[in-house]
Amino acid sequence: MKLRVYAIAYLIFLYAPIVLLPLFAFNDGTVIAFPLQGFSTQWFSELATTTALHTAVKNSLIIASLTAIFSTILGVCAARAGAMAHFPGKRGILGFVMLPLVLPEIIVAVSLLIVLRQILGLDLSNWSIIAAHVLICTPFSIAILNGAFQNIDPSLEEAALDLGESRWSAFRLVILPLVTPGIISSLLISFTISLDEFIIAFFLTGSNPTMPVYIWGLLRFPASIPVVMALGTILVALSILLLTLAEIARRRGLARTGTKDTGGFL
Amino acid sequence: MKRPRLAMSERRRAALLLSPPFLYAVLLLALPLFAIVLFSFWTQDFMTIDRTATLDNYREVFATEKWVPGAGLWENLQTIGNTIYLTLLGRSLYVSLFVTAVTVILAFPVAYFISFHVSPSRKSLWLFLITIPFWTSYLIRVFLWKVILGYNGVVNASLINIGLIDEPLTFILYNINAVIITLAHAFAPFAILPIFVALEKIDRSLLEASQDLGETRLRTFFRVTLPLAMPGVVAAVLIVFIPTIGDYVTPALMGGAGGQLIANMIQTQFLALNNAPLGAALALTAMVSVTIIALVFIWLNRKWLRART
Repeated sequence: MKLRVYAIAYLIFLYAPIVLLPLFAFNDGTVIAFPLQGFSTQWFSELATTTALHTAVKNSLIIASLTAIFSTILGVCAARAGAMAHFPGKRGILGFVMLPLVLPEIIVAVSLLIVLRQILGLDLSNWSIIAAHVLICTPFSIAILNGAFQNIDPSLEEAALDLGESRWSAFRLVILPLVTPGIISSLLISFTISLDEFIIAFFLTGSNPTMPVYIWGLLRFPASIPVVMALGTILVALSILLLTLAEIARRRGLARTGTKDTGGFL
Repeated sequence: MKRPRLAMSERRRAALLLSPPFLYAVLLLALPLFAIVLFSFWTQDFMTIDRTATLDNYREVFATEKWVPGAGLWENLQTIGNTIYLTLLGRSLYVSLFVTAVTVILAFPVAYFISFHVSPSRKSLWLFLITIPFWTSYLIRVFLWKVILGYNGVVNASLINIGLIDEPLTFILYNINAVIITLAHAFAPFAILPIFVALEKIDRSLLEASQDLGETRLRTFFRVTLPLAMPGVVAAVLIVFIPTIGDYVTPALMGGAGGQLIANMIQTQFLALNNAPLGAALALTAMVSVTIIALVFIWLNRKWLRART
């Protein structure tokens, strides 16, 4: 009982900042402080007319979509290999691929910055951010897809092979439908991570800032804070929607392979 | 009859499948990390990089003065450890350790509650609720802590309203405390998930056995549950401790002048001062210090667990 009270208090602590977002986004005042002034949607209409923001959002959407696709492809490769026969060095290689999960993001950022700018002499662009985001999203994709691939009964694929299907068509007809929910979940999660990522994007952004980099610029000007709150409200709503879809996909995948839910993405 | 050849080919196919993610990580992680090491031994010569190997960057990080050959060993040693970089690194390590301790200690009861007291059908809902804030608008979340802890913020306004204080509290914004609170919030799910996974793996009959053998519930917790949950706690510690050293957003927004950390300095060296080699040396120094502390922690934990069995 005491534990339940504590856990609920903890949830309130976790949600405290997010709950404030809509309060200030709809607040009819330029100062972000209590007491609230009154209801207004002016900050949302201001969002609609800011063209610099539109460019940043478009950039971020492109980066996040491509990151989601690439990291999920790499994730499928690794998770599938992880569920297959053991070979020498496999665990080490898998561990190495998962390394970005525990590496400080600033290390990833500066090491790529050095290689791209100083060694290869390239200009930074959306591609430099995509390259880095794929690196940090792949471990998450693998973690999600591991759940999907490891729950598959190997006899299903063997049966398809025995019945004369080729390896590829056995994969396409038997495995792929079973892991599709995991793939959707992985796409949505890596999309969400990339859309929100700032630390690396700030180092590697080219002439066109991504949305978080643009928001960072706005945070220095008190006058633009209410607009940031409005934008934040939309982003949080969008993330919750995407994550809910990812969670539904994950549960459907578990139901499909007939395993019990162990909870959580990781 | 066919078995060995089949197993062989499946091995090869597994290796083949694993090679794209492996190559990607080699190209975009291993090689860049190697490049950082290399750069840290070079120097910035105005606009170009001087590629003669030297320890100058590390001397600048660790000592206020360059080594004076004429002076004695003691005089030289005294100047060591007085640099702004080491001050920042020390503060960063302190913040990371403190955040890790707070996060893991606060997270453990939550993970325990979900694993032992929530019905299996509601577990994933709880985990889902806990992970949502973690995925959403990191920058704005950090900024909102400023709104909560600020001079006219939520905490101060409500404390004044209920008459607990007359003047707004100032020790909760623009200093290390603010950085610690914000980071502890940001990394909370990272701590809960690994502990939860470890708790879920515990065979519940072991706990019954312990109580049947006359242990109290408290002693059962300390002698059975906690040692078995330790792998999860260790994972939580590492997954919080190591990344927090690289966060420059929270100190930049919440830390004020006295709350800046090593990551802010790394960022300044790379982006504002255009001194990539010194930045690389700083990044490596931070990385190595964190790794050493993590390894010592793992070693101590192993020793503790072994002493108990």
